[in-house]
Amino acid sequence: MKKLFTLGLTAAMVASLTACGSGSGTADTTAAAGGETSAAGAEAPAAGGEAAEGETFKIGVIGPLTGPAAAYGIAVQNGADLAVKEINAAGGVNGFMLESNAQDDEHDAQKSVNAYNTLKDWGAQVIVGSTTSDPCIAVAAESSNDNMFQITPSGSAVECVAPDNVFRVCFADPDQGTASAVYIGEHKLATKVAVIYDSSTTYSSGIREAFVKEAGNQGLEIVADEAFTADNATDFSVQLDKAKEAGAELVFLPVYYQEASVILKQASDKDFAPIFFGCDGMDGILTVKNFDTSLAEGLMLLTPFSTTEESSKAFTEAYVAAYGIEPNQFAADSYDAVYAIRAAIEKSGVAVDADYSTVCEAFKTAMTEISIDGLTGAGMTWNAAGEPDKAPKAVKIVNGVYEMQ
Amino acid sequence: MMKVKKNKILIQNGITYAMVIAFWAVIQILSAGGHVSSLMKGLLVPLCIYGILAVSLNLTVGILGELSLGHAGFMCVGAFTGAFITRCMEASIPSVGARFFLALVVGSAMAGVFGILIGIPVLRLKGDYLAIVTLAFGEIIKNLINVMFIGRDSRGFHFSIKDSLSLGLEEGGEVIVKGAQGITGTPRAATFTIGVLLLLLTLVIVLNLINSRTGRAIMAIRDNRIAAESIGINITKYKLMAFSISAALAGMAGVLYAHSLATLAATSANFGYNKSIMILVFVVLGGLGNIRGSVIAAIILTALPELLRGLNDYRMLIYAIVLIVMMLFNSSPKAIEMRTVFMEKVRHKKSESAAKEA
Repeated sequence: MKKLFTLGLTAAMVASLTACGSGSGTADTTAAAGGETSAAGAEAPAAGGEAAEGETFKIGVIGPLTGPAAAYGIAVQNGADLAVKEINAAGGVNGFMLESNAQDDEHDAQKSVNAYNTLKDWGAQVIVGSTTSDPCIAVAAESSNDNMFQITPSGSAVECVAPDNVFRVCFADPDQGTASAVYIGEHKLATKVAVIYDSSTTYSSGIREAFVKEAGNQGLEIVADEAFTADNATDFSVQLDKAKEAGAELVFLPVYYQEASVILKQASDKDFAPIFFGCDGMDGILTVKNFDTSLAEGLMLLTPFSTTEESSKAFTEAYVAAYGIEPNQFAADSYDAVYAIRAAIEKSGVAVDADYSTVCEAFKTAMTEISIDGLTGAGMTWNAAGEPDKAPKAVKIVNGVYEMQ
Repeated sequence: MMKVKKNKILIQNGITYAMVIAFWAVIQILSAGGHVSSLMKGLLVPLCIYGILAVSLNLTVGILGELSLGHAGFMCVGAFTGAFITRCMEASIPSVGARFFLALVVGSAMAGVFGILIGIPVLRLKGDYLAIVTLAFGEIIKNLINVMFIGRDSRGFHFSIKDSLSLGLEEGGEVIVKGAQGITGTPRAATFTIGVLLLLLTLVIVLNLINSRTGRAIMAIRDNRIAAESIGINITKYKLMAFSISAALAGMAGVLYAHSLATLAATSANFGYNKSIMILVFVVLGGLGNIRGSVIAAIILTALPELLRGLNDYRMLIYAIVLIVMMLFNSSPKAIEMRTVFMEKVRHKKSESAAKEA
């Protein structure tokens, strides 16, 4: 028995050792990758300049890499990773290389703060994150306390950028709601509108509130306003029936694409075919497993990014080659965030070894002075409140691909 | 004989308190020397929160012997009450510390009241039935808060269960509770020292309760309800007492939680049944009725997944394996047997060496 016990203990120890081994293994490969890129930098000394050997500018990335929201976090991680690789391959910024490190927050505010602290220990100088709204608000409070520059790719709640050190790439929720109402009103898509939204997420209820507020100004009549929560996001027949009975010509869906795919399926089962209109959360609906994409035919959505655009072709190809999946808007947002950081470094000329507080002070002004042609908008600029200035784009799904409107 | 037993209890409780105080002291010394990482600093308050939750749930599960799966619900009540109080009193009480204290008192009291309200019908049930009803309670609380909108303007408070537009606020009014978006902008007043003080308070309350006449009555109900009733113990009273104290302490942990983050939303990750079950895991791992064990288990299981971040995707796997191994080591009969044999040997050796020295 005792032997068995010792055996068990030894096995556990060996297991933990190998686990550590694999952990350091990944660290090695990233270091090697860094070495390669710096070698690439050395090949182009003209662009390189006089960087201190081995010094990198550290970008911390936070997002849900596991759990139900993992699709967003992984996209943000990949987008940032791709941007960093590209910038390094092109010789870095001001003569030094960038380095990114992504930490998992499981879409939880407390875990996100833990991830932020982990990155701080790692030596992060700026933060790209958090990916989702609630965690982002929690991290923003911490980062403003520490005076660490933070740019969130997709934290769309109003409060995300409340501190002056936080900027964002995506639109704020109310802006999306207002923009949707304005778009529908201006293009005379419909007058009788139904809204189906998720009352349990900040994203969905935030957009819906602004949409309802603006709808009156645009001459839209809200004939049905139906909510669901994350706990009952599998059956939408009640909401769809109400919208159908009320004679809605357009159904506004400020929800994420998983729920939207179920709504579209159930609407087609009911022979209910109004115009469906979504926001950026709808992006990705064509990649849902086992979803008949013909159901999404005619779906309109307001999104800052589409893979079929001319300007995003190169990015899409590189992304698919590196990660084997189509990029979504989150990946594009974080890709743009890293390029915004590059532009801010160039503008402010911060040193590679500057501490995060110095970087933050320099970036606060630099961010309002830069303009980048990103994937999610040409000529993007930021105001001091941290909001981006770019035009929303509407796309329509025709023959299974996005078509710009 | 009685005195010896009493002394033993005193020593055991003393060890528990000393352990918490020592933990606090070590962290203080280390952070003064700058040896504590940011991650660890960020984890300190959550460690206290989960310690309090585990101890308070142990009162229901270990001492009262009723399985409750709605502990996160009480935490949720406390968290939202506390955050609401702190936000509302911004103008009248400028001191953050005073507001936080008030929030702690009111938040715990509110959770305690909910404990009594739920307890009256629920404690008539036993075993699995009770577990299911408490599970439902936790979910109901979470969903209620998700549709609740409370705003304030010069005319007073407005309440709605539809959306913030239907509150009908006048210019300059502010929405305090925003349904699914919860409450944002709560001051982060919770510090490690306050957390440890509250953990000590929880320990004092629970340990004293267990070793009092009331505690013995509660344990008598757990061990044999009929026998306890036959000697005149008021079952309803004692059950309700233990249940509501446990709820109030969970509410206190909730207030602490609300004041450790800038955002508070009733998501299923925060206050869902998974959280309740996680707290139950702390209790079971630490040992039913073993208060010190609860604290240790809560600390280890909260810190472990964060400290394993270096292992990337493997960390959840390792966490699960560690959980299984610890469960087996703690509770399987063979493991217990082995541990006693081992302890005997150590004791034997000690006495041998003592004899030699003599």
